[in-house]
Parts: sequence; structure tokens; C-alpha cells
Amino acid sequence: MTESFGGDVRLTGISKTYGAFTAVHPLQLDIPAGSFFALLGASGCGKTTTLRMIAGLEEPTTGTVSLAGRDVTALPAHKRPVNTVFQNYALFPHLDIYENVAFGLRRRGIRSVKQRVGDMLDLVQLGDHARRRPHQLSGGQQQRVALARALVNRPQVLLLDEPLGALDLKLRRRMQLELKRIQTEVGITFVHVTHDQEEVMTMADTVAVMNGGCVEQLGAPADLYENPGTVFVADFLGTSNLIAAEVAEVVESAGLVEVAEHVEADRSSRAGGDLVLTAAGGAKLTLPAARCRASARTGRKVLAGVRPEKISLAHAADAAAIPAGRNRLTGRIADSSFTGVSTQYVIDSPAAAGLVVYEQNIERNTRLRPGAEVVLHWNPAHTFGLDADQAREAKAEAARRSGPSGAGN
Amino acid sequence: MLGPVRGRGPAVRGPRPPVRPLGPATRKRLVPYWLLLPGMLWLLVFFAAPLVYQASTSLQTGSLEEGFRVTWHFSTYADALARYSPQFLRSVGYAAAATALCLVLGYPLAYLIAFKAGRWRNVLMVLVIAPFFTSFLIRTLAWKTILADRGPVVSALGSLHVLDVTSGLGITEGDRVLATPLAVVCGLTYNFLPFMILPLYSSLERVDGRLHEAAADLYARPATIFRKVTLPLSMPGVVAGTLLTFIPAAGDYVNAELLGSTDQKMIGNVIQSQFLRVLDYPTAAALSFLLMAAILAMVTLYLRTSGTEELL
Repeated sequence: MTESFGGDVRLTGISKTYGAFTAVHPLQLDIPAGSFFALLGASGCGKTTTLRMIAGLEEPTTGTVSLAGRDVTALPAHKRPVNTVFQNYALFPHLDIYENVAFGLRRRGIRSVKQRVGDMLDLVQLGDHARRRPHQLSGGQQQRVALARALVNRPQVLLLDEPLGALDLKLRRRMQLELKRIQTEVGITFVHVTHDQEEVMTMADTVAVMNGGCVEQLGAPADLYENPGTVFVADFLGTSNLIAAEVAEVVESAGLVEVAEHVEADRSSRAGGDLVLTAAGGAKLTLPAARCRASARTGRKVLAGVRPEKISLAHAADAAAIPAGRNRLTGRIADSSFTGVSTQYVIDSPAAAGLVVYEQNIERNTRLRPGAEVVLHWNPAHTFGLDADQAREAKAEAARRSGPSGAGN
Repeated sequence: MLGPVRGRGPAVRGPRPPVRPLGPATRKRLVPYWLLLPGMLWLLVFFAAPLVYQASTSLQTGSLEEGFRVTWHFSTYADALARYSPQFLRSVGYAAAATALCLVLGYPLAYLIAFKAGRWRNVLMVLVIAPFFTSFLIRTLAWKTILADRGPVVSALGSLHVLDVTSGLGITEGDRVLATPLAVVCGLTYNFLPFMILPLYSSLERVDGRLHEAAADLYARPATIFRKVTLPLSMPGVVAGTLLTFIPAAGDYVNAELLGSTDQKMIGNVIQSQFLRVLDYPTAAALSFLLMAAILAMVTLYLRTSGTEELL
């Protein structure tokens, strides 16, 4: 039963409250079999609690957990066909690496322990460390033991609770690729909890961004990045420039030029035309109506967003060379920092202060120095629109939550 | 001025003082020895010196009137062992029984305090230590009242026919509990229980609760989690607790004195009476050394077989 690979996970109306504090609001999640699913959020957002409810280490207040079509809500942890890689690995200090990995197999009375443990230790490249104790290994090696200890049981679902959090940056990057490789190899459903958005981008097929015990948005990483649905997602997943604006008019689509790959999908629904927005300082911005989360009514307050790498910078003197049809904002460079691959500029514009722009270091324009007057311009297709009222509500909600009972987990 | 001036500062102030103070490096190296000094002095005065003195006493012959002289009379040891071997065996037996009882009573309590007590943890720990606030003698005398012949405990045990069973096993006599092996073992258990609970608690408390979750996640039932994770990880506490209970219990004489009769005399009682009543100092000293050797041998064997050197 537990030998079949990759089961789907279905959470139905699952929630968790501790006294007056709600860690997880009723949520609905379908995790397809064999996928690499990530729960992303800041600490205390309920992602670990959700994971623990799947593992059976936490009893949900309401709702049900199904694994491969079977309701396991009432099953205790030791009877569920899932295994967990714990945040601090939780390796048994009194057992050597071999016995740590063999633990689950022995509990289920499986015969071919030696073979399977040996294979698994080879997979994580620790074959020659079998007789060492956990404390004799480095952090990265311990992490691999924790992974082997879980994977050797061939669970239907592997749960990973920030397993890379304790590793240094370089090792973390390597382990990310390693994990992704293993997941593809063994075909088990992975549910990965992390606060590291870069980790999610490299590994996950699908991401649920969690905030305050709720799933804010669900989708493929690239999709979430290009089309964030809420201010939280826009800020948490990468960096966003958000410009407060008002819908001035709704016009027929101008036939936008060269649209990014992930935005392409939206084209069919572009029947709604474009919104022309006015921002502070009188700047006019074009926003495809289909990429606006707020209802497209004239006079409606929205937040126009654009990712820093989508923006091009031109010195004010070269403004005439900017092609027509692009969104433009004027501003002054407040700060610039060289990061190797790119240069990051912070620009104060009448429309919004502190706009961030990443320019690739291909040909550096020496006139783009702090203090220089510049024009920011980008393809309107890269603009996304968020509901300003909803953003305000979210802010109030967050403030309320971080009040008396905002301790989180 | 002596000779040409080579620079400024103390270098030109004339001849060097005859004794050079220790350099900072040397002083630093001596620090551990200074810190050791009080402890070493203590050991010397209160452990090594009495040990040597007793060793010499054990090899003396003579009487109180004529005085004792060291005659290297080793047969005192053989005679003492031959004459008091029943008390030796009884001491080991009582101490072992009390230690086992302490473990059986103490482990669940320590487990409860470490894992389940929550905010009651400190209160419970204070309650465990509370008996220490009264004197050892008073506490043992209290047991005399508790186990008194027509007291409520004995009456209850009698009417429940428990005493019939214990009499059958030879640990009580008729309808009495006082002045029986049971009373002495109960007294020992009671008096040394905190010495079992404290090390057990401190090792259980260090067991990471996440290991329990990890074990549950790896298909271990609660009983298996205890057997495969909690118990092995608490072994240092079990070993420390049994040693701290067994060693003083084996040498104890107060419990047998107050709660037992002449048939329950332990080796501690023999040593005490040889020293203080019979005034046969060589025999008393020889018995003390025999007890020490026996305990050392048992402890060594125990530590070897329990295989917890690594965890200690």
C-alpha cells in the first residue's frame, strides 16, 4: 500500500486554532501526485502548521486530509504513508547513520533493510559514512541523512520543513538542485515549506503563497512572479514597484508589442482592452485590463505594479529616443549600487518614491549617476494592477493580527 | 645617568630589579592550578588523609587498654569478611531492591515532569526536593510512625491481605511491617528517591521532543518511541541515578537501625557498632575498605556492561 509512489494530497477546509489564535484559516489545497509543491510564506504564516497537519503531527481543528484518495485525518502520524524532513533534521543522536536511515524500515518489519539503506546512502553520497554518528557529520551531510531517512521508506508524500534553512548559501543552492533531481528521479510528491522565495523559484512546480494563515495565491512560480494577485505576493515574491493610480478611462487594446512568455496566456482574455491610469504628478500609464485585479471602472483606485528588471532607464536628455507606446515615468536617481550582474537604481519619481530598477551591466551609461534626471520606461504589457482598497484592508488586517495574538508559530 | 640614553621610558631607569615578576604568559598558565588548589586541599584533608589513616588502622592489632600498633595484620580482612558476609550480602540485596524500586517509582515521575507537566514542572520539582528540607533522621523516624504496628497503613495492608502475601515472600513477619526487610527497603527507597529522580529528570529533559515526532513520522508506535528513542537517550540518567542511589544505600545504617531489627542489620550498622560500641577499630576499618572495594567493583562492572560511557 505504501509502496506505490506519489500520492496526491487533498486538504479540504482544513484549519487550526490555538485558543483564540488562528494559525491556519480553513483552506483548500489540491496537490497533484508526483508534483513538487511549495508552501511559501514568512515565519508564522501557518505553513509549517499546515505541513504538520499533513504529517499527522498536528490535529486539524476542522477539515480533512486525504492522501491518494484515502481520508487520513484520524490516522496518527505513525500510520500515515508520509515522511518528513524536519527543519533541524531531528536525527537520532544515539544511532549511527545506518540505523537512522533504517529506523522506518525496521518499524515496518521490512526485510531488505541492508539493500535499501545501502542504496539510499549511495543516492545521497554518504555510503562511506554509514557507521558515523550524526554529530560527526557536517550540516549538509546531516541534511542528506535526514532526506535519506525519509526517502528510504518510499512514502507517497515527502514533507520538507525548511530543510535547507540551516545551510550556508552555496550549499543551499547545491542542495536545491540536488533535491529537485531526486524528486524527478523518485517521482514522489514533495511538499516543501520555505520562506526562501528563490528556493521556490528553482524547485517548485506549484507554489501556494501563505500569509496570516491563508493562501494568498496559488500557481506556478513564474506565473505568480509575473501576475501577482495581491500586494503581499507582489512584495514577497521578488521586488515590485507599486504606484498608486486611478483609472482615467478604458480604451480598446492598442495591440501591445512583444509580450513576455508568461503574459501571453492572458492575451485571449484581453478583450477587456486597456486601462489608462493617472498617477500622482500627472503621469499616464497603460495597463492591460486583463492584468488588473480590480474591477475596471473609471475613477477606481488601483496600484500599478511593475518588476524592477522590466524597466529601462534613459537619461532625460535621451527621452526622445524612447519608442512610442511605452509607459513612462520621470524621476531622479536617488541611489545606485553595483551588484556585479546588474546595477540597482533607486529612483524618486513624482508618481512614487523609491522605485527600484535593475539594469543589466551590458553597456554602462556613465550619466546614470545619483542625482541624474531620468525617464523610466517599460512595455505596458508588463504592468499589473492590484486593488488598492483590498491592499489597504490587508494592511489593516495585518496590523490587527500582529496585535495581541500575533505571536505565530 | 648610567651610560648613554637609548630611548625614553623605563628602559633607562637604571639597573633591573633583582627578581623579575612572572610574565603574563606564565601567570596565565598557572591559573588552572590556582583554581584547583582549594579542591585539592579539601580532598587531601578530608579524603586522602582519613583514607590513609583508616588503612593503617585496619592493619593494626591491640586493644583499647594497651593501644593499637600497625602489625600488618591482613587476616583482619579475611576474618571480617567471614564473620560479616551475611550483612554484606544483605546490604547489597537491600540496596539493589531499593534502587530498583526507586527506578520504578522515579522514572515515570521524572518522565511526567519532563514531558507532560507543562507549567507545573517547577512546582513538581520543588515537591521532589522538599523532603531534603527536613533532616534525614526525622524523615526516617516518621516512617516508624507510618509503619507502626497498629497504624492505618499496616491495618489497611492487613485487611487487604497484602501482608499475607509479603509474609509468604518472607519480607514481612506476621502482621508487622516494622522491623522487617520491607520496612528497611521502604525507608531506603524513600530516602534516596530524589537522588534517582533528579538525574533522570535532567537527562529526560534534554531529550529533544522533535525526536519523538521524527520517530512517530517513521512509523514508530508510542511504545516503540519510548523503547527505541526515549529510553536509550535517558540511559545516562538511569546510570547516574542508580549509582547515586545504590552507593549510599549500600553503606547506609540509619534505615536498618530505626526501621529494622537485629535480623535486618546491614554492613553500615556493623561498621558503626564496631567503631562506636565494640571499639574494635581495625575490624571496623577493614569492613569499611571491603565495602568500598565491593562497591567500586560493582560500579565498574555496571558501567562496563551498561555501555553508556559514550553518553556520559
